[in-house]
Amino acid sequence: MSVLERVEATAVATVPKVKKKSNIMRKIGLYSMLGLFTIISIFPFYWMIIGATNESGKMFTNPPTLKPGDQFMTNLQNLNASIDLGRVFFNSVFVSVVYVIVALMVCSTAAYALSKFEFKGRNAIFTTLLLSMMIPYQATLIPLFQLMSNFNLLDTYFALIVPQLCFPFAIFLLRQNFLAFPTELIEAARLDGAGEMRIFLTIVLPSMKPAMAAAAIFLFMTQWNNFMWPLVATTSNEMATLPVALSSLIGLSIIDYGQVMMGVTIATIPIIVFFLALQRHFISGMLGSAVK
Amino acid sequence: MKTNKSLPYLFIAPALLLFALFTIYPIFSSFVLSFQSMEGGKYVFTGLSNYTRLLGDDIFWKALGNTGIILIVQVPVMILLALVLANALNSQLLRLKGFFRVSFFLPAVTSLVAYSILFSIILQDEGIMNTILGFFGIDAIQWLGDPFWAKVSIIVAMTWRWTGYNMVIFLAALQSLSHEVYEAADLDGANRIQKFFHVTVPQLKPVILFATILSTIGTLQLFDEPFNLTKGGPADSTMTLGLYIYQNGFKYFDFGYASAIAYVVVLLVGILTFFQFKFTGDKS
Repeated sequence: MSVLERVEATAVATVPKVKKKSNIMRKIGLYSMLGLFTIISIFPFYWMIIGATNESGKMFTNPPTLKPGDQFMTNLQNLNASIDLGRVFFNSVFVSVVYVIVALMVCSTAAYALSKFEFKGRNAIFTTLLLSMMIPYQATLIPLFQLMSNFNLLDTYFALIVPQLCFPFAIFLLRQNFLAFPTELIEAARLDGAGEMRIFLTIVLPSMKPAMAAAAIFLFMTQWNNFMWPLVATTSNEMATLPVALSSLIGLSIIDYGQVMMGVTIATIPIIVFFLALQRHFISGMLGSAVK
Repeated sequence: MKTNKSLPYLFIAPALLLFALFTIYPIFSSFVLSFQSMEGGKYVFTGLSNYTRLLGDDIFWKALGNTGIILIVQVPVMILLALVLANALNSQLLRLKGFFRVSFFLPAVTSLVAYSILFSIILQDEGIMNTILGFFGIDAIQWLGDPFWAKVSIIVAMTWRWTGYNMVIFLAALQSLSHEVYEAADLDGANRIQKFFHVTVPQLKPVILFATILSTIGTLQLFDEPFNLTKGGPADSTMTLGLYIYQNGFKYFDFGYASAIAYVVVLLVGILTFFQFKFTGDKS
């Protein structure tokens, strides 16, 4: 379409529309469709709460149990008795928090070097990091296991935290943001005699808070949800993370669905609260800042 | 401006060291391992034996087929649904956009294990899914006990988990499109479905490609869902490549064979990504 045609089109399109009636029908259609999908999205969460507060059998009745019950404490106690809930929850929180802090240090310094310095091998390093994102995680799983096993590091926090500290996607995400930071400010600080580490920590990083927050959420979700690696890297119940412990519950021959649903709830609710509180950061973090 | 030459290397050193040790080394090591087998308590080089064994392994082919079916059905259905929802949410007629967006995105923040277990309860024979279907006069479905429906269960669960995530990606892209093109299409008498396929979809192509590649890589590695939702069954009908790698590696401790399967996945990711780029590149 030519520019002229386009201008013309815009001009005509601004003429008052005679579509009032069909708009109402469209609105009804739109809201019913979105309403239906909202119910589909939310219902499983509701069902999770129903399950966590009722006896095991109540999830399989007809007509269904639609009201939260009074078995919350019982299910919680039973769950605690089967998986040492306090310890497992602590493991998940500890591993995720330490991971986020250290990974942010590792990835932000790397991203800074890749965005604000010229050096030999820079492009090769960056390309290799990007390409490695295409390699399925499972292709590294077995050597990682052997490595940890050889150094007697299986079943330790070290094994859970360290292998994924250099996370190429986080480096990529941070680098995009560092690129926009004015290099003149860094040079001015250098002229003032500020040390390089100080420049990075007190001048560059403070203005990168939104990007760091997005990266932090991304890294946190990755670690909190991680299943395959903790499954193979931990052997004792004391070192299990929440997903590993939850998964072990449904491997039993007699399953108490009340406590399973309680476990699912405990793994889910903190993240949802966190998400609702920090929506914008959360969405941009999980999509890798593709969306602001 | 003179800065220390070694400075950038100091900044990037921790990342590089970790990357070399925990990413690069394992990638090469598992490649070498895929040509080795355990003989007398030691891994020895056995050439292509693991790969030739794959050719005659029924479960491997089943896992490959299942992964392929899930990929071919789930990814397009989810991408299309995400596009439709993003398009609806972008409508000027709509209020409560924030509410809908958050609701649809909510499944994407749940842990993979948690939602898989949740669905394994919802989809039981006497579970709420069948109860709800009963209200509409639909007979109970053996979601987890029937080979066909077990695959459907995985697809349904994955679609529930990931549609909102993709929708938000598309929504962001849609909001950056200009209205002029739509108004021009209106003038040409295009209806909404035509506009969707001839205006919206072509303009979003790069984003759709991005989302499709992400989903493809994810689906090829599918593990958490079959492990927790269907345990690969019944009769290996939901055995995936990811699950088979795990079983060979950590149930049978056949690291060489598991690595060979992992490299099949590496190869598939490479091939599919290449074709997705080529396919969508050609059309424009």
